[in-house]
Amino acid sequence: MLLKDFFKHLLIYKSAFAGLIIILILVGLSIYTIVALPYEEATKLWRAGEQYWLDNPRNSPPSWINFFLSRKLPETIVLSTDRNQPGVSKAIISVEGKFSVIRVEISFNYEYDDFPSEINLFFKSNFTASAPKVTVSWIKPNGEEIILKIFLISKDYSYYISNDENLVRDLISAISKKFNKTFEYGAPLPLLLFAQEDESIFNPNTAKVTKGRYKLQIEAICFETGIDLFSKLVIYGKVHGWAGTDHLRRDLGIALLWGAPIALSFGVTASASTALIQMFIGAISAWFGGKMDTIIQRITEVFMILPFLPVLIMISTFYKFSIMVLLVVVIALTMFGSGVKNYRAMFLQIKEFPYVEAAKAYGADSLRIVLYYLIPKVLPTIIPSIVLSVADFVFLEAALAILGLGDPLAPTWGKIIDDAFTNGALYKGLYYWVLEPSIMLAAASLSFAMLGFALDKIFNPKLKEI
Amino acid sequence: MGERHLSIKSLVMYYRTLRGEVKAVDDVSFSLPKGETIAVIGESGCGKSSLAKSIIRLLPRNVSVYKGTILFNGLNLMDLDEETFTKEIRWTKITYVPQAALNSLNPIIKIGDQMIEPLLLHQKMSKSEALERAAKTLKAVGVNEAFLHHYPFELSGGMKQRVIIAMSLLTNPELMILDEPTSSLDVLTQANIMNLLKSIKKEMKISMVFITHDVSLSSELADKVAVMYAGQIIEFSDAEAFYNNPKHPYSQKLMESVPTLRTDKKLGFIPGSPPSLLDPPRGCRFADRCPFAFEKCVKDPPIMHLNEGFYAKCWLYEKESP
Amino acid sequence: MSSPLLYVENLKEYFEIRRGPFGKRSYVKAVDGVSLTLAGREAISIVGESGCGKTTLGKTILRLYEPTDGKIIFRGRDVTHLGWRELKWYRRETGLVQQDPFGALPPFMTVKRILEEPLAIHGIKDRKEREKRVYKALERVKLTPIEDFINKYPHMLSGGQQQRLVIARSIILEPKMIVADEPVSMLDASVRIEILKLLQDLQRRYDLSVIYITHDLSTTRYFSERIYIMYAAHIVESAETKEMLVNPLHPYTRALLNVIPDPDPSNRFMIKEVPIGEPPNLINPPAGCRFNPRCPNFMKGICDTKEPSLIEVGKGHYVKCWLYD
Repeated sequence: MLLKDFFKHLLIYKSAFAGLIIILILVGLSIYTIVALPYEEATKLWRAGEQYWLDNPRNSPPSWINFFLSRKLPETIVLSTDRNQPGVSKAIISVEGKFSVIRVEISFNYEYDDFPSEINLFFKSNFTASAPKVTVSWIKPNGEEIILKIFLISKDYSYYISNDENLVRDLISAISKKFNKTFEYGAPLPLLLFAQEDESIFNPNTAKVTKGRYKLQIEAICFETGIDLFSKLVIYGKVHGWAGTDHLRRDLGIALLWGAPIALSFGVTASASTALIQMFIGAISAWFGGKMDTIIQRITEVFMILPFLPVLIMISTFYKFSIMVLLVVVIALTMFGSGVKNYRAMFLQIKEFPYVEAAKAYGADSLRIVLYYLIPKVLPTIIPSIVLSVADFVFLEAALAILGLGDPLAPTWGKIIDDAFTNGALYKGLYYWVLEPSIMLAAASLSFAMLGFALDKIFNPKLKEI
Repeated sequence: MGERHLSIKSLVMYYRTLRGEVKAVDDVSFSLPKGETIAVIGESGCGKSSLAKSIIRLLPRNVSVYKGTILFNGLNLMDLDEETFTKEIRWTKITYVPQAALNSLNPIIKIGDQMIEPLLLHQKMSKSEALERAAKTLKAVGVNEAFLHHYPFELSGGMKQRVIIAMSLLTNPELMILDEPTSSLDVLTQANIMNLLKSIKKEMKISMVFITHDVSLSSELADKVAVMYAGQIIEFSDAEAFYNNPKHPYSQKLMESVPTLRTDKKLGFIPGSPPSLLDPPRGCRFADRCPFAFEKCVKDPPIMHLNEGFYAKCWLYEKESP
Repeated sequence: MSSPLLYVENLKEYFEIRRGPFGKRSYVKAVDGVSLTLAGREAISIVGESGCGKTTLGKTILRLYEPTDGKIIFRGRDVTHLGWRELKWYRRETGLVQQDPFGALPPFMTVKRILEEPLAIHGIKDRKEREKRVYKALERVKLTPIEDFINKYPHMLSGGQQQRLVIARSIILEPKMIVADEPVSMLDASVRIEILKLLQDLQRRYDLSVIYITHDLSTTRYFSERIYIMYAAHIVESAETKEMLVNPLHPYTRALLNVIPDPDPSNRFMIKEVPIGEPPNLINPPAGCRFNPRCPNFMKGICDTKEPSLIEVGKGHYVKCWLYD
């Protein structure tokens, strides 16, 4: 009943409604994240290193930016022989029972307006003694065939096509010869393989993609029998997933998702426990007065002039923080903060309330008065400030991460921003990398601020306009 | 009854809050001859302060209904626009001493400077002229004029109240509205202030509206008495008639609950509590606490005229009504 | 009168004030040598103006302040300097009713919780037993039907109901003595008598003594058997109620009685005689009789030099004034 009234009151304020909706979304997101992607798994993925993310493009904005672009950026195309994908065929021809020829043909439609960022080809083979000899050839939509490379593979072999400098050199000289014109720029391999061969190719801004069906043919001559060859072609796009990727090809989605529960729980825990501890200390200080009061006030003053960040940096040079330790340290450093003085002032007033005197008159002892009579009176008035300072602590955690004082393992919003800065995201025009976590941070703190201000008006009605 | 100095007819003032519309003043009428004092008696939350503020048009910001007539020297104050009202009536012809006025003095401004402000503002007096007037008025209320140059905290409660009364006398008003002028003062100081008000009334012939919850105290000033209950005046009477023989059952019960020092009497009280001004009962507002309530009381009683313009708002007096 | 329930002798309560850490110490002598007795089932009133020390006296008697000097004997036991543990016994035996009923109730507790608190503190752990006593207390103060009230919060009650609740809380431990400090001054006229009658009813029925502290002499006539008049931290006169009202002796009492109005239309034609000035401050009270600067019967050389003592001038009628020495 009381709760219903409260919500009715609260929802009079549209900002509170909006704030509440965002908070609910963030909480929902957090629950989904925790269930769908447990923390151990998330940190493992986040720390997995580049090998794990080899199918992802590097530094790619999210795919949905294509909605806003007239030139559609390519998505990553992964075609492999063990997935039973259309356009992938594999034939094993045994010759005289002595050796065999494996033919793999991978074909795909390329309908994007921009060139891929990289092209890689991966092999796995189960031969024992002599390595198969592989010929890789590229067939353009117009039927022109280019032999990319002929080589012996190892059991686990990666052919980074776009890094094949010999191939680049060959292609460039062939095209230059054809048009009798030299390249003024270092044309990357994807461009050379996908561009229309006319005058436009000599300028990176005019080079156009030939759309259509491309084929990659692999012919492996095996000198043993019973050999299988797994091969996978990855045409790296320029966009990836709903969140994009970073410099280590990691899906930013993981950190964006996990940022929510970490930020929320860090913010709420830090804010609530700081407020509660400060309130308790303030209550003790005000109620007992005398020496106790003096000691607490002096400690508070010392803590108030203690430079928070330098101390934190100092501690972090001795210990590497996990997020839990960071939480404890932040609470410990703020629990004697200026809040103690505010609460003490409040309690000094409440202490003189007749009901406290009445409690004393019927025999309540000091502990009971502090816990049952003083604190409950202040509790509702501090709820708004707890909610408001959640935003502060969310920001603090992010700020610490940016300063490199965060949990090195935890995927957080602050961490993404940190990575973005150290890798020059803004300089390279990779705005999504900074904007995504920033928007999440802003949304989180804005929502708590909006809710907090409305709560303040309800709990401290002196501020309320009629 | 002599010249009607102040005559209020069907005054209504409602204001809106989050919980609904507060019917603070709900169809109130009374009249007052020049130089006399009407005591408005009522319990907390009955709307008596709202009535005072409605007369001098100090309305809450969220006022929703404000209507009726306030005839002052034959002029309907409700017809005046805000500017004329401020210039010619408020703080000049009609002054107002608000409740808890002791705390309304600005602690960091000298008494004299606070006193002359309305004179400089409304009457365009020169500063020396205004100070002279202030000194004269202070002396009249029994405060040494040296206090003009003191700060409020240097004065005792009784002195402050005298200063505030002096402030309301500065402009030679014709009507003073006093809202619980002694509620925070001690018995002796209160008696002192009452003496002062009596002499002001006698010597300056100023009419007063005296708002109080204290029935005994009201008899110190009242020539006429209006009893307010749940936003309405339920009895308007002459002082002699009222203190000896109140008519409305509420007035009777209220009088019964006043302890007397000099005579023995059987004390009574009114069980229950007054209705909320947010949603007052449809019929007589006192009906569910009234010992004489009968079937008719479910309907709102009209004003039953008794004699000489006095009335009770009660069905018991239906026959006597002419 | 049987042996008194409470016996207070020469009680003093000084509050130290210091301006700055090295400032001169001075004392507010809020209660300065007060003696009184209270019999079982008796109601006395202490009457005085604000700042005369009457509230401090009440609270010191209840040991809410540590007395500076003097003695408080309650049921034959010296409670003046009882320690924490034994004080709990005294707390159970006494009750307090304050002026502002809303302020006296913790706003965040329900009626039930408010009444259970004293029981919980005094070790009544059984839930059934607690409930029984809560119901009994509510019945005694006539907050009925109980089900309508028990789960409410104080702000949902009217002023009169709040004060009933405060009284219920003060009697729930079945004390022998209650100090009621201006219990009705914040209530409306129509409910004041109701509350005072309730207190009187409880006092008469349940073996209870009441110290009624007030500034309002007119109510004491109906609700107390003996009046103590307090002025500037001293008791200046005490007598049985009837005697005091008929035959006031001290000039201060006379002035008080003179200025308190009864509802009478002829009041408006009379200018009353009021002593000049204001009560003295309690840091540096005037020498001699503390009322001397305001007294209409001031005798130079006597009243302003030596403090009069409280002497008995009639049966049970004491006065502290040189006029009667």
